[in-house]
Amino acid sequence: MSAIPLGHQLINLFAAVLLLLAFAMLSQRRVVSLVDLFAAQGLVLAMSTAVVAYTTNQPHLYESAALTLVLKVFVLPWLLYRLIRRLDVRWEFEGLINIPTTMLIGIVLVVLSFNLALPISELASTVTRSTLGIAIACVMLAFLMMITRRKALSQVIGFLAMENGLLFAATSATYGMPMVVELGIALDVLVGMLILGVFFFQIREQFDSLDLKHFEQLRDDE
Amino acid sequence: MIEILLVLALPVAGAALLALVGHRAYAPLVNVVTSMLTFVASAVLTARVIEQGPLLVMSKQFLVDPFNVFLVALTAFVGMTTAIFSRPYMRIEEQHGRLTPARLRLYHSMFQLFMFTMLLALTTNNVGILWVAMEAATLTTVLLVSLYRTPASLEAAWKYFILCGVGIAQALFGTILLYFAAEKLLGAGGGALLWTELNDVRASLEPTVVSLAFVFLLVGYGTKVGLVPLHNWLPDAHAEGPTPVSAVLSGLLLNVALYAVVRCKVLVDGALPDAFAKNLMVGFGLLSVVVAALLLSRQKDIKRLFAYSSIEHMGIITFAFGIGGPIANFAGLLHMTVHSLTKSAIFFAVGHAAQKTGTQVMDEIRGLVTISPMIGWGLALGALAILGMPPFGVFASEFLILTTAMREQPWATPFLLAALGLAFAAVFSKVQPMVFGETNAMRLPVRPAMIPVFAHLAIVLMLGVWIPPFLADWYRSAARLIG
Repeated sequence: MSAIPLGHQLINLFAAVLLLLAFAMLSQRRVVSLVDLFAAQGLVLAMSTAVVAYTTNQPHLYESAALTLVLKVFVLPWLLYRLIRRLDVRWEFEGLINIPTTMLIGIVLVVLSFNLALPISELASTVTRSTLGIAIACVMLAFLMMITRRKALSQVIGFLAMENGLLFAATSATYGMPMVVELGIALDVLVGMLILGVFFFQIREQFDSLDLKHFEQLRDDE
Repeated sequence: MIEILLVLALPVAGAALLALVGHRAYAPLVNVVTSMLTFVASAVLTARVIEQGPLLVMSKQFLVDPFNVFLVALTAFVGMTTAIFSRPYMRIEEQHGRLTPARLRLYHSMFQLFMFTMLLALTTNNVGILWVAMEAATLTTVLLVSLYRTPASLEAAWKYFILCGVGIAQALFGTILLYFAAEKLLGAGGGALLWTELNDVRASLEPTVVSLAFVFLLVGYGTKVGLVPLHNWLPDAHAEGPTPVSAVLSGLLLNVALYAVVRCKVLVDGALPDAFAKNLMVGFGLLSVVVAALLLSRQKDIKRLFAYSSIEHMGIITFAFGIGGPIANFAGLLHMTVHSLTKSAIFFAVGHAAQKTGTQVMDEIRGLVTISPMIGWGLALGALAILGMPPFGVFASEFLILTTAMREQPWATPFLLAALGLAFAAVFSKVQPMVFGETNAMRLPVRPAMIPVFAHLAIVLMLGVWIPPFLADWYRSAARLIG
């Protein structure tokens, strides 16, 4: 039996950690811890991108890893912490579906994602193709988190986690997108976060809370 | 090349200037002048394309071909007329106390940035940058939708951000898959995302991956087009945002999103042996037409009414591109043009009507024509035009689409006809009492700008009876390109 090279083992390990973190986010109800988990996800993503860059000798992936590191581990969590402090949000109340049920739905989603990834990863020639299923699962789990949460801030963290999953998918299927596109995506995410920061204050000013249950007024028949 | 740079740089410069100087008395004028210059630049670009054919410049990063050149001109034109309209409109809003100078500063600079993102999405040759620009277009308009800071407008903006954000994330995954399929043929790096390169090798793209990619791209960009069942954000964002924003969302953003879908469809059609992409588009398009037509009669808010009408028309265009072939594509392109012009004209008239009566509730708007014939007739003619009355251009395109549908997809024709009939009944019965009868409108402090409304309607009327030869040529060659 041939041993799997260390690089590949590391990539698989990181992928597993990413999935674990996605589940952890799904079950976490404290908003601050949610940001911690998001930062950890960013860190794992950056490390795994760097390992892929090293094992496959793709220098542009180092830039992508550095970009992820700066944006997802430092800038965005810092912005989020600041927002949480200034808006004084601590707890996510019970979501629309309770947490054990959410986790069960999550498991079903993971199985589905692996099925979805199967035809694509068979065609991929990258060393990382086996992690594509996990990448899609991360996207799905983040999506689930967005649906089940009621606090605006948790929904946004879900949105950012989804973007993490997509970046991971890009790395595992194709060794990352061209640099100009990655830069553009990073810029969009950053600007989006800044705009949302402003937006949160508007919501708070109007409703005195970030709970989206106030948001049930727009109906057709009113 | 310089023309493309100008078209893109002018709105950015305008946005920076308007953000820096803040809201001064001349800011709306700067906004108008910047939009006019952008339009002039796009007209020069258009003239060049007429003269020299398609442009592919700056290491193939920008592409202007018959398919997007008229959309660039249309976008710049409607941007200009909207800026002209918004000058008196926003002044009245300010005097009514709904807006502060700080928010007007935000409005003007974001409006210019929004124009930039749409023009970038149209002119770029890079499918990845197309995605980036589409996402940026959402971001620039989120704060515009919530400009009034009312609970309803905040909710609408939040819905808009989250739904379009999730949608556009799907489109990113689709783009990744497309890159994945292309990278095998074109090698890694920037080249594999260039549309022209992809188009050259489209026949050898991996069919499984490409069909999967198209599903994600259609769902993703389709959310922004407002295709049912992904349309939920659209009526709210249109109804709660300021009217100039509703006009550009309906008239321009939906078109640009549909443009993105069609660009992707061209690639997918080449890669797949069957009509997978076409069938999906026919299905989504028809569903949107029917559902929107059913919902039209239930509307009470005038801007929501016309927002649903936009969903209906986007459905018709998607359906037309789904059928494909030279005639349906030609009609689809024509419909994109006339819908954009008519709908923004309607929103201009609706905006002033709502200001005159102080409400957007249709039951409370009465007899516009007695106090202000221009607004009343503008709304009435706009409504007739959008409902497809001859001799307006919408009639011509809808007629072409219907006759092609009878030949290509006969089963769909009854649904289409029924939906168009329903839409006519719903919109006409609501608009008629608003325009005629006893009035309750008041006088406005500033004279409304009605020239854009009639300019748009005049062009729509002209396109109904006579299409300029160069435009017809573009439509034809773009129709061939779309396949």
